[in-house]
Amino acid sequence: MTPRQKRLGFIVAGVVLVAAAVGLVLYALKNNVSLYFTPTQVFDKEAPQGRNFRIGGLVEPGSVKRETDGLTVNFNITDNHKVMPVVYKGILPDLFKEGKGVVAQGKLDEANVFRADEVLAKHDENYMPPEAADALKKAEAAKANAMQPGSASAEYPVAK
Amino acid sequence: MAINWFKYSAPSTFYGLAGKLIPFFAWPAVLLFAIGLYIGFFVAPTDAVQSEAYRIIFIHVPASILSMFIYLIMAGYAALGLIFNTRLSSMMAQALAPTGALFAFISLWTGALWGKPMWGAWWVWDARLTSELILLFLYLGFIALQASIEDPRRADKAAALLAIVGSVNVPIIYFSVKWWNTLHQGATIKMSGTSMHVAMQQAMFIVLVACWLYVIAVALARVRSIILERERNTQWVNELKEVQS
Repeated sequence: MTPRQKRLGFIVAGVVLVAAAVGLVLYALKNNVSLYFTPTQVFDKEAPQGRNFRIGGLVEPGSVKRETDGLTVNFNITDNHKVMPVVYKGILPDLFKEGKGVVAQGKLDEANVFRADEVLAKHDENYMPPEAADALKKAEAAKANAMQPGSASAEYPVAK
Repeated sequence: MAINWFKYSAPSTFYGLAGKLIPFFAWPAVLLFAIGLYIGFFVAPTDAVQSEAYRIIFIHVPASILSMFIYLIMAGYAALGLIFNTRLSSMMAQALAPTGALFAFISLWTGALWGKPMWGAWWVWDARLTSELILLFLYLGFIALQASIEDPRRADKAAALLAIVGSVNVPIIYFSVKWWNTLHQGATIKMSGTSMHVAMQQAMFIVLVACWLYVIAVALARVRSIILERERNTQWVNELKEVQS
């Protein structure tokens, strides 16, 4: 083996070893690397007890209720399996919307309600003009209508 | 016509070649930046969810892509220098590092400016953001290590090892949004296609090409000064017009 091939071998072996080591470390720290727990994980007691943690998912449609003080908001976070009620007092980010992604930081209280002290909005990776988004919504509504004959919605009339 | 490519791995020949090539990359870069940013800011439509604020994507995404690519190219050059003992490869690695650091910084900075209005936070310690921050630190570590050792050959070797080991971080950045729960959204540009409006894609692609051209032009200009600095005691450098005057 020439010294050149030897050096190449050392570098390749070194990179493979370091990659394997980093991979194992990250795999072991899986739960610590993830930014938030899903409601299912919280119900399975995978989230830390009595300590601050973050919970993430979608804001359940129809669950957002404001209290009379104008600041406190109640809503549910769902991952389409489990639902976690959340109470938050403060200003919500602009992108906070029913059916959209959200990450809340806080603690579980005795009644298994999540008391959040920070709420962040999570948006998706799709970018399109409003007209395209409208068209998409209409197409979905039309599809829903087609599946349930007789329940045509006034909001999105099916193609005439 | 046979071209002896190895001729150009000699710093003395590459110096002149690099000088001739720079304008061919620099001017198209300026032009494409202007076109790409014009399309991005004035032609591309408003986004349905984020309205006008999403337009920072035309700087954020090219900068992020480049920060990762430049690191791999830099580590590649560093490895070449280590394996073949070619001086020019190590100089190219050294020339790329500051530009890579710049793009990593722009990526983090524009990300923070975007995160505050959209997510509600300048910074979160999620996997994507943290690994990109580590990338910036790797660049700074490479530059510092290279600069702290007097003998350029030893400096090249030490810095090359750091660059090669650090390259493990690049796939972690890319796949972080897939492997873990992050606040950062998933990839818009995928193998299976792009979930983005056409004019938006065009603007992003043009700015990306402009960034590549800029990187090449700047790296060539920087490698020329590195060559001059390292070969200052040689005859060919002292015979150069620009050195004598």
